[in-house]
Amino acid sequence: MENAQAVAPKSANSKQNSARRHRFWKQFFTYLYMVILAIIVMYPVLITFITAFKDANVQAFVLDFGGKWTLVNFKNLFTQTLYGSWYLNTMIISVSCMVIQVIVVTLAGYVYSRYRFAGKKFSLMFFIIIQMVPTMAALTAYYVLANMLNALDHYWFLTAIYIGGGIPQNTWLMKGYFDNVPYDLDESAKLDGAGNFKIFWSIVLPLVKPMIAVQALWAFMSPVQDYLMAKFLLTSESHYTVAVGLQTFINNAQNQQVVLFSAGAILVAFPIAALFFYLQRFFVSGLLAGGSKG
Amino acid sequence: MQKKDAKKAQRLSIIPGLGQLYNGQTIKGVLFIIILLAFVAEFIFGGISAFANLVTLGSVSMEDNSLFMMIYGTLQILLTIIFIVFYVANLYDAKRVANLINNDKKVSHTFKELGASMVDGGFAYLLTTPAYFLMIFTIVFPVLVTLLMAFTNYDFAHIPPAMLLDWVGFKNFTSMFFLSSYRATFNAVFGWTVIWTVCATTLQIIIGIATAVIANQNFIKGKRFFGVIFLLPWAIPAFVSIMSFSNIFNDSAGAINVQVIGLWNTLVPFAHIAPIHWMTDTFWTKFAIIMIQGWLGFPYIYVMITGILQAIPDDLYEAATLDGATVMQKFNKITLPTIFAIAAPIFVTQYTFNFNNFSMIYLFNQGGPGDVGANAGGTDILISWIYKLTTGTSPQYSLAAAVTLIISVLVIGISLIVFKKTHAFEMGD
Repeated sequence: MENAQAVAPKSANSKQNSARRHRFWKQFFTYLYMVILAIIVMYPVLITFITAFKDANVQAFVLDFGGKWTLVNFKNLFTQTLYGSWYLNTMIISVSCMVIQVIVVTLAGYVYSRYRFAGKKFSLMFFIIIQMVPTMAALTAYYVLANMLNALDHYWFLTAIYIGGGIPQNTWLMKGYFDNVPYDLDESAKLDGAGNFKIFWSIVLPLVKPMIAVQALWAFMSPVQDYLMAKFLLTSESHYTVAVGLQTFINNAQNQQVVLFSAGAILVAFPIAALFFYLQRFFVSGLLAGGSKG
Repeated sequence: MQKKDAKKAQRLSIIPGLGQLYNGQTIKGVLFIIILLAFVAEFIFGGISAFANLVTLGSVSMEDNSLFMMIYGTLQILLTIIFIVFYVANLYDAKRVANLINNDKKVSHTFKELGASMVDGGFAYLLTTPAYFLMIFTIVFPVLVTLLMAFTNYDFAHIPPAMLLDWVGFKNFTSMFFLSSYRATFNAVFGWTVIWTVCATTLQIIIGIATAVIANQNFIKGKRFFGVIFLLPWAIPAFVSIMSFSNIFNDSAGAINVQVIGLWNTLVPFAHIAPIHWMTDTFWTKFAIIMIQGWLGFPYIYVMITGILQAIPDDLYEAATLDGATVMQKFNKITLPTIFAIAAPIFVTQYTFNFNNFSMIYLFNQGGPGDVGANAGGTDILISWIYKLTTGTSPQYSLAAAVTLIISVLVIGISLIVFKKTHAFEMGD
């Protein structure tokens, strides 16, 4: 009896010890993983950030906090290169794409969520099938068509492709979001004598504002992010977008201007990352809702 | 009210408008007849020659532009399809309205009523028209042109209007699969495309899931801080990151060779590593590209999985703990199945995205180094090969179109399977 009593607390104690040790290692490896991953993520970002403030005779593209810091690269970017026009071009294309695509997608998404009409099922199938066709599938045709229409190097053609490419999927997401707005709201408004337009504009629309913000971000981002189409359809250097233009700083292996590239990279990445973080909470829920809804 | 014969109405509508007139919808009937006449007139005065030109692609060089003929022909096909859709709708409409009349439902007869019903029922059509218009002219139409182009001999030796184009049947496809020079290139490019897609996407999914599971444990402090850092690769435009990496992996001045390998050699002098030829050795370029895509792509998966994990109820885990389940058992039996059930479509779209991830391949090393023939570099995937075939000094448009078709069929096929599996087609209502 005595023996057993002596053993019991000891074994409990060692169990507790092993649990504590187990917890320690679990926490240790968890934090180790997170810290290493954070370093891997931050390393290239910091290199680019710091290089933007180095003077032009930088020897290597590395993380080096030493040396003189300067803003001269940003000045050179706008005085000696076409970066200013590239930025403006990108804004023109992105903003037009955003405005038009958001309007078109919101209207179509609303209709598919709220109306029953002849051919609805058939046309929804059309949307799903079109959604599967990658815009790239028409790459060669875009080039030929642009040649034929004299649209090579013009923004309207490029912008139209961006808009058209984003419509199928975003309409689908928008429809999913509209579906989440209770139908009773429409019904009661209709009983109060509100017309179609009024129901849409002052009752349903205010409730989907977060999704519209997300749609706007995406529609704005896709032209900014795109390299392929812009490189394909814009031929003169002064008409380039930022993505195509920035690449000209580094694609010549003999004469890489990494400091100019880094400065230009910061100026485009910073506002977009800021917008991204601001709208993040909206689109994560939106994507998950859209994803589970198909 | 006089009963209408629905069958008869539909039969009369074999000539659009007559069935509607029979139903007493004068305005609609007249409108439909006008549409019919307009299409017939267009077909007689333009359509027939457009179709004929599409078949011959012209006979006199310098005078006939084969390319324009092909494009007008495609437009005519589209127009004809739209008319056929209208025609079928017209047949159904006549029958539907006749049945409505028989059941004493309201039917619009006058212009005013028609206008009102247009605003009411037509609201839907009116608001979706811009979407259809844009999709047809920026996706459907160009895809059709590409489809046709793949069966011609359009290349640097046949540039209209100086030269005529000809239909060559499946020659572009057969030469890709059977002609030795093209076959070698196609096999090399296609093989690497598949390896790239599978490795890069799987890597980003693994890192994404691991990070979500690890970073979601309750005891972790500074979740917000780590969350922001882990999202950075998604928040920063991909082209900026890829170009930065292209500098970082530079053979002589990049951070990996100069700083990381330098640091390793200082810390672990007995395991000395020589600088790696990231940009001039195909194997190392491929290795770097896959790693970088892991960096770029994991945050998206991480965010999605985090959302899913937070939706799994805690009692599920508590019940499992009470039953004596180990950590690994809980992960294998609860966490993973839930993730795959919800996120499978997200994973598949990631695979199809990387299959066509032009930016990653082209911005890192322009598809190089090396050469596998027919303009393709050692790390070119199909989409960047198409780009080079189209924009190179001796463009091969028809071959590019053929490769494009192959890509599209693959991507659409995979998407169709996924859509079927996720029952998206049943979401019709």
